[in-house]
Amino acid sequence: MPTGSGQHYRNQQAKRVVITGAGIITSMGLGWQNNADGFRKGRQAFRDITLFDTSNQRVHQAGEVILPDHLPTHQLKPRQLARIDRASHLLLHATAEALNTAGWTTDEIADKIPITLGTSAGAMDCGEAFCQRAVKQPNQRRGQASRIHRYQTQHQAITLENALGIRGPVTIISNACASGANAIGHAFRQIKYGGHQRAIAGGYDALSQLVFAGFDSLQALTTTLPQRPFDANRDGLALGEGAAMVTMETLDSARDRNADIIAELIGYGASTDIHHLTQPHPEGEAALRSMNDACAEAELNPSDIQYINSHGTGTPKNDVAEGRAIQRWAGSNVGEICVSSTKASIGHLLGGAGAVETVISLMALEGQWLPPTTTVETPDPVCTFDLVRQARDAKLDHVLTNSFGFGGANATLILKKFL
Amino acid sequence: MLSADTNAPIVIKGIGAVSPAGWSANTLVAQTLSDQPLPHEERTREGNNHPAKVRPVPKPDAPQDFARHPRLRRVSAISRFVTAAGIEALGQRRAEAVRQNKLRLGIVVVFATGCVAYTGRFFQEVLDNPKLASPILFPETVFNAPASHLAAILSCTGINYTLLGDAAEYLSGLRLASDWLTTHQCDGCLVIGAEEIDWLISEAVQLFTRDAILSEGAGALYLEMDEDGTSNAPRISCITDPVLYTHDMDRNLAAKKMRAQLELAAEVEKHSLLLDGLQSSKTLDKAENNAWGNWSGQRLSIRKTLGDALGASVAWQCVAAAAQLKSNTPQYQSTLISAVGLNQQSIAAKFIPPIST
Repeated sequence: MPTGSGQHYRNQQAKRVVITGAGIITSMGLGWQNNADGFRKGRQAFRDITLFDTSNQRVHQAGEVILPDHLPTHQLKPRQLARIDRASHLLLHATAEALNTAGWTTDEIADKIPITLGTSAGAMDCGEAFCQRAVKQPNQRRGQASRIHRYQTQHQAITLENALGIRGPVTIISNACASGANAIGHAFRQIKYGGHQRAIAGGYDALSQLVFAGFDSLQALTTTLPQRPFDANRDGLALGEGAAMVTMETLDSARDRNADIIAELIGYGASTDIHHLTQPHPEGEAALRSMNDACAEAELNPSDIQYINSHGTGTPKNDVAEGRAIQRWAGSNVGEICVSSTKASIGHLLGGAGAVETVISLMALEGQWLPPTTTVETPDPVCTFDLVRQARDAKLDHVLTNSFGFGGANATLILKKFL
Repeated sequence: MLSADTNAPIVIKGIGAVSPAGWSANTLVAQTLSDQPLPHEERTREGNNHPAKVRPVPKPDAPQDFARHPRLRRVSAISRFVTAAGIEALGQRRAEAVRQNKLRLGIVVVFATGCVAYTGRFFQEVLDNPKLASPILFPETVFNAPASHLAAILSCTGINYTLLGDAAEYLSGLRLASDWLTTHQCDGCLVIGAEEIDWLISEAVQLFTRDAILSEGAGALYLEMDEDGTSNAPRISCITDPVLYTHDMDRNLAAKKMRAQLELAAEVEKHSLLLDGLQSSKTLDKAENNAWGNWSGQRLSIRKTLGDALGASVAWQCVAAAAQLKSNTPQYQSTLISAVGLNQQSIAAKFIPPIST
């Protein structure tokens, strides 16, 4: 049994935590079914970027979402609706679907359920608009206060609360590309040890010019789409956008209302990679630690886990570091463990990635199938695990999902099929 | 809500600060107690007719050891503020224990605007010519970059969150750290609020009040669990639930509800010191003035002295609140922190002296 910080929790009075609702929007489409169908078919959902000018960039495509022309049923005032930003739009769709799936009543939703959101850039497009106006027309203040309000991440959270009648405290975690997984892990602990019966959590990020240009400046974006995580000839990542949210509650709460339980969340690990601001430790030290900690909390051995939805960005350094971490974590059992990166289909959703990949892992657990990385031509030598290149049926009891971010933010979640 | 009794288990073992008063908690506290506003500068940007009033952090009096760390060579001011305040609050002995894996340290860094200086600069480079935009600047625009640098400098590989929210979020950060400690996710936890001045933010703040004097810096508390109740450090007695500004709760109402919650959860003694967020702005102070209008006890308004450093201001309030309770014969029975954020929430907290006193 791996040891880690998880062992310290055993003295606490712990509650079992289950996921009863999930919502998702990506470039693959809106909703659980569209995404499940797309991933099962191994579709790749990339298109030309229409949101900003990429003519001076090396890359012109991303997993841009085609926003539905309507919002889910909401309580926003016309003025708020008119000013809704793209990130809030994504977040609303995912949360509304999660709440609908959960079947919580309006009163239950309004009953101080805490929300935890993960994002790396929030409504960066509003910040960009503020900046551009301030530079071009320094004395033109009209609309600027609104832009700066909407740029701030708490605005998306409050918009979400107002739109869907939620009235709980908000926590916004910005741990780069691990944010969404951290948010779900944080909510998990709020229920498991914190006395909360229910929680809503997930992550989101919308494409923005600043972030796109940032990854391009680092030459981290692939110029040869499709991106090819774990391919020996991979050359970078593709960016995407979207959101995913889950509703979580104690097992007792779910049972009391005869709720359909999608899966049980049983382990969370978080660690910090101090090797470099943007590069992982080559042997995956911190990744190994977050996987071990999650396993310790879940009271599982690596051999108990059948599938890993990896972080798998497709950058040369990330994939080999994660691969080494998986090898070290699984030991002699590594060949038995199925691994894929679903970023090959929708791109890297940054602060939304961990939450989206949690929901994809839920799809796999519920449907008993493995989402593939369809773009691999020549697997990297680090792939001593079973790299899933085509969707296939599988018996899954436990699934692990990894998220690693800039700044060394690492997070791992473990989901269990609910029996 | 955290326990409000005198056996509250979370103790404040260290404080640290960077402010326009200088690079230490002592200079922050001394300036705050003097109740004398520091002088401010007026900065004008070409083409803008409205000069911004700012109180920047002065250069450090002496070279700082941590500043030579490779991680800090190219960072903007906010990462230095976070590091300096964090290391001061942690103390050299504990910092060494973290490096030797003898102390599992958690880190919570809280921002309202965060790494805005490099974000604005990088975006300008993107607009000018994205092909020439700096790959060195971009990673420093990511919100958790300062927390990452601090972790690297301390060799701290444990749990580390960067939280975003309005200024009141710092108190939620204290609550998060308390949760980590009571569930043994770490042995000790740094909670740091920080901001940096940039023309983008100073102009943004002016959109809400012309009276604003933007400030910068960081405030840090180092927290531990007092398992056996013997610590002689000040304690967090209570942090109220956040009151959010939603359709049915405006900022005025929320501030009043915050005070009511505090008084419901914790006995508010006559000899309490209130550290509020007033900053001599009619617009922004209204809600907090209404909430605390009949307060007859002592009060300190740090923003009036040092300026509005957004998320860092509430951290400074907490640093000063803890400092007032540190002596063997504290003057106050408790210190109260009032945080009425701009556009998210109102939260309050109560600190109490060491039990032995």
